[in-house]
Amino acid sequence: MNREERYHFDVLVIGAGPAGIAAAVCAAECGVRVGIVDDNPSIGGQIWRGESNGPENTDASEWVQRMRRSGVAVLCGLRVVHQPEQGVLLAEDLSGFCELKYEKLVLATGARERFLPFHGWTLPNVMGAGGLQAMVKCGLPIRGKRVIVAGTGPLLLAVAAYLRKHGAEIPVICEQAPWSSLARFGLALLSWPEKIAQGIRLKRSLAGVPLAANSWPLAAHGQKTLESLTLSRAGRVEDIPCHYLACGFHLVPNIELPLLLGCAVGNGRVQVDEFQETTVSSVFCAGEPTGIGGVELALVEGQIAGRAAAGRATEARAWFGRRKKAQRFVQLLDRTFRLRPELRSLSLPGTAVCRCEDVPYLRLRQHTSWQSAKLHTRCGMGPCQGRICGPATQFLFKWGPGSVRPPVFPARVETLMGPTRQLEVQRSE
Amino acid sequence: MHSQVTVTVNGALVVVPFGATVAIAVAMAGQACRTSVSGEPRGPLCGMGICFECRVAIDGTPHVRSCQVLCEPGMEVATEK
Repeated sequence: MNREERYHFDVLVIGAGPAGIAAAVCAAECGVRVGIVDDNPSIGGQIWRGESNGPENTDASEWVQRMRRSGVAVLCGLRVVHQPEQGVLLAEDLSGFCELKYEKLVLATGARERFLPFHGWTLPNVMGAGGLQAMVKCGLPIRGKRVIVAGTGPLLLAVAAYLRKHGAEIPVICEQAPWSSLARFGLALLSWPEKIAQGIRLKRSLAGVPLAANSWPLAAHGQKTLESLTLSRAGRVEDIPCHYLACGFHLVPNIELPLLLGCAVGNGRVQVDEFQETTVSSVFCAGEPTGIGGVELALVEGQIAGRAAAGRATEARAWFGRRKKAQRFVQLLDRTFRLRPELRSLSLPGTAVCRCEDVPYLRLRQHTSWQSAKLHTRCGMGPCQGRICGPATQFLFKWGPGSVRPPVFPARVETLMGPTRQLEVQRSE
Repeated sequence: MHSQVTVTVNGALVVVPFGATVAIAVAMAGQACRTSVSGEPRGPLCGMGICFECRVAIDGTPHVRSCQVLCEPGMEVATEK
């Protein structure tokens, strides 16, 4: 990777999904120096992964072209791990590390899937719904494979349609939400024209694929890899042979970096003012970390954050109305895809809840808090730092979220030791 | 530009489409990425660099998330035992 050891931007954007790209473009078009950083090998985030140049998504290619024209410095494959001092982030890639200095920061860290542990969920080829889609977008052959799609949320249908289009056989889509919620969701979508069109396209591409409401996976079976799935399908137990399970229980915001920087979080979401500024001055936040609301909301929030960060807050006001409308979708998603309590009993005593440290449900249920479980069982202490088991235990045991400590991702010692100048600054304080 | 890339996974040659991540090469080689602390085989879960289940050694560098690295010609990938 060709990059320098130190960068200095007027506006630094973390995360190159729709929110981050919109923020970077709008800031750069105001005439300031903008850099955008992403952990992934290329831009687009999850929803626009691999589609920024294709004919499939005109929105994505328009934004990406606009970003190329606007002179934004794009730094991919670079992971932010620490803030050694105010206004400086430390990031690393495969070959080394660098310092990113900023005047204003926009956090557009996106969301990840929520996973719920069930028997056999650690078998290879049991993947997230978005996870399997991401792999297929990157070239995983899926033609002729049998894929069960399960969990909850609008992502399931999009993933099923995508996989089918690439040759997968989808025997069933299992949605845990009841039909009544899905019907109300369908009706409510009528007030979003762009989502109606999307719905019609999805329905057409999923013709003949059964969507089962009130349904969820019970157990995955296989020797070295997934071979079959037992599911609860509207009250009946059924076994289906399959090559892959694409399973995610909606999304959770990635708030670890905002927390590290001291941004206030409420109800799992980063708190922002009308200009998308967090409780930390000069630090803005846009997209899923402020509430799971999808790509339209992410784009609007990004445009507001980018302009405000570039000192054009007045111009950002023009997007307030569109944001207000898009925000109603956040509540609708929350209501529709609320997890049903029965899913708490999917974990058996021996089911690994923490996959990094192989901590079974049995050893966790005697604890009363995340903190206590971490100290006694090492749950959440592995390389993912609780990003997978944290949201699961919040649902299973109703534990509160834990605190975040640097580095926010596992980092090499050289990265943390490298900027000796900063270590000296810290020592002298 | 070539449309395919050849890498090795545990010494075996694997041909992947251009732009494929190392996680895909490991999957196409029919291998698990790593062995868990209690000895279970594990493969990618999140596909987006969060879960660390797909970590492998690439050209001698251990613990690299294979879903976040693109295959390059001649890359030597070793799964974690």
